[in-house]
Amino acid sequence: MRYAAILALLATPAFAQGQGEIWVTNEKDDTLSVIDVATLEVVRTIPTGERPRGLTFSHDFSRLYICASDSDAVQVMDPETGEILHDLPSGEDPEQFVLHPDDRRLYIANEDDAITTVVDTETRSVIAQIDVGIEPEGMAVSPDGRIAITTSETTNMAHWIDTETEALFANTLVDARPRHAEFVKDGTELWVSAEIGGTISVFDVASQGEIAKIGFEIAGIHPDRIQPVGFELTADESIAFVALGPSNHVAVVNAETYRVEDYILVGRRVWHMAFNADRSLLFTTNGVSGDVTVIDVAKREALKTIKVGRFPWGAAFRPAQGDPA
Amino acid sequence: MTDTALSTASAAHAPCPRRPAPRVWALAMGWIVRREALRFLGQRARLVSALVRPLVWLLVFAAGFRAALGLSITPPYQTYITYETYILPGLCAMILLFNGMQSSLGLVLDRETGTMRLLLTAPLPRWWLLTSKLVASTLISVLQVYAFLGIAAALGHADPGWGWLLALPTLFLSGLMLGALGLALSSTVRQLENFAGVMNFVIFPMFFLSSALYPLWKMAEASALLRDICAANPFTHAVEAIRFALHGQANWPAMGWVALAGAVFLGLALAGFEAGRGRRRAR
Repeated sequence: MRYAAILALLATPAFAQGQGEIWVTNEKDDTLSVIDVATLEVVRTIPTGERPRGLTFSHDFSRLYICASDSDAVQVMDPETGEILHDLPSGEDPEQFVLHPDDRRLYIANEDDAITTVVDTETRSVIAQIDVGIEPEGMAVSPDGRIAITTSETTNMAHWIDTETEALFANTLVDARPRHAEFVKDGTELWVSAEIGGTISVFDVASQGEIAKIGFEIAGIHPDRIQPVGFELTADESIAFVALGPSNHVAVVNAETYRVEDYILVGRRVWHMAFNADRSLLFTTNGVSGDVTVIDVAKREALKTIKVGRFPWGAAFRPAQGDPA
Repeated sequence: MTDTALSTASAAHAPCPRRPAPRVWALAMGWIVRREALRFLGQRARLVSALVRPLVWLLVFAAGFRAALGLSITPPYQTYITYETYILPGLCAMILLFNGMQSSLGLVLDRETGTMRLLLTAPLPRWWLLTSKLVASTLISVLQVYAFLGIAAALGHADPGWGWLLALPTLFLSGLMLGALGLALSSTVRQLENFAGVMNFVIFPMFFLSSALYPLWKMAEASALLRDICAANPFTHAVEAIRFALHGQANWPAMGWVALAGAVFLGLALAGFEAGRGRRRAR
């Protein structure tokens, strides 16, 4: 009986015991690199459309949406086979997007057209196109699904969209070149990173008023090189990790006090990041050095850097088969 | 003690009727280690300077260069590291190097004052006495390395871990190799004044032509010849062996190179001291 149990364990397929995967878009290679979280090695490289950047999974992880910016398309991929199933009508130059909690509407920033396109992923049709500021990029949607945010890089604004009417209801100024936005603390706060401004602005969602601004300073690195872009928060939302672009560091920010507690050295030009399933590891995409750095969240130290394709940009987690999302 | 008295003492011990018991050998080494330790404790300035030198490199030099030097990922590191992290093993080796040379300075001084001759009159083989002296100075060097690591950790420039314990044999082996080099040099340096030459022609080239301050791939960008010189330098292998050991890994090729160089230097040192005895007898 005991031997039968051991044999059964040995016979279990590898994916069932896996810890999931991190999917990374490679902007210059037109590919995706898939990193096995258990071995911290690239296990698959999958071709995509031209200049893939933003990526996100459907809620059941059966479909992967990819912003193929230079193909002017949002591609839908079967993550099991790596096959492109179809394109969505994304509008021109899609860079980032966000999937609504209804798992159906996709809010896409069209950088060249200064609009946000809302696409129904089931009917594959455009629901709405909303005029926003010049060079829209960062996209976020509130946990209750009522508000979507687009940040515009040149207008330096966060545009607040009512998802019922698909119309703007507020615009707030942020620092120069806002690149990324996230709702945090159950949707009561909105964080917007400003790449050139070198800050993260924190807004009260109810009033759309700014309540805090987070600045960064790294000894020995010129302030111009400290450019916050992507950020992610731990499961309890007490700590935020902020990618600081060409400073090659990730900042560790106390989300309660808004103070920077630490800086972690990663690869060159860090863009975005994704956690693993239990949020014990953080994977950062390092554009210029073409690799992904793995950070031990508890110890706040870089463990390993994994070579991927050229100019990795976006990252998303996919759980192992059979694991909860 | 005069030379006449010394020769009398030497003559008294020279016809050794029986081979000394192993306990005597161990006792002799123990006393030599004790003497070196007492001598070191009596020289507070030596301890301070042994620690200040690498700390200045770590806190001033490394801070100034951290942004200037980009470091690609090279084993044993698996990710990007700060320049302070990179030079820490090199500074540990620097302590061993300077201490090895300093103990050779001590030997020259011992010779000038006659203490060395007194030591060599002991009824034990000369190679054992010199090796004991080498072990004694190496133990003191290794203690200084751990004191340096402790201060670096307190200042936030190092993370204590198992690697520190695992590094002990590597530090000892590297210390023996560099101490043996010092011993070999002291067999050729006749006067204390000549020791400045050792600084200029041994310590500085050995330290700068190594991977202590810059990785070999960086050196190769400047000159392939310089890189090859660095790769052949036993000090480079000591630095790399220590680097891997502090990271909890064994770099066997580097350790083998260090052991080989140590054996050669010790052989040269023993030959040098034997030749010295021959010259004195001839006089």
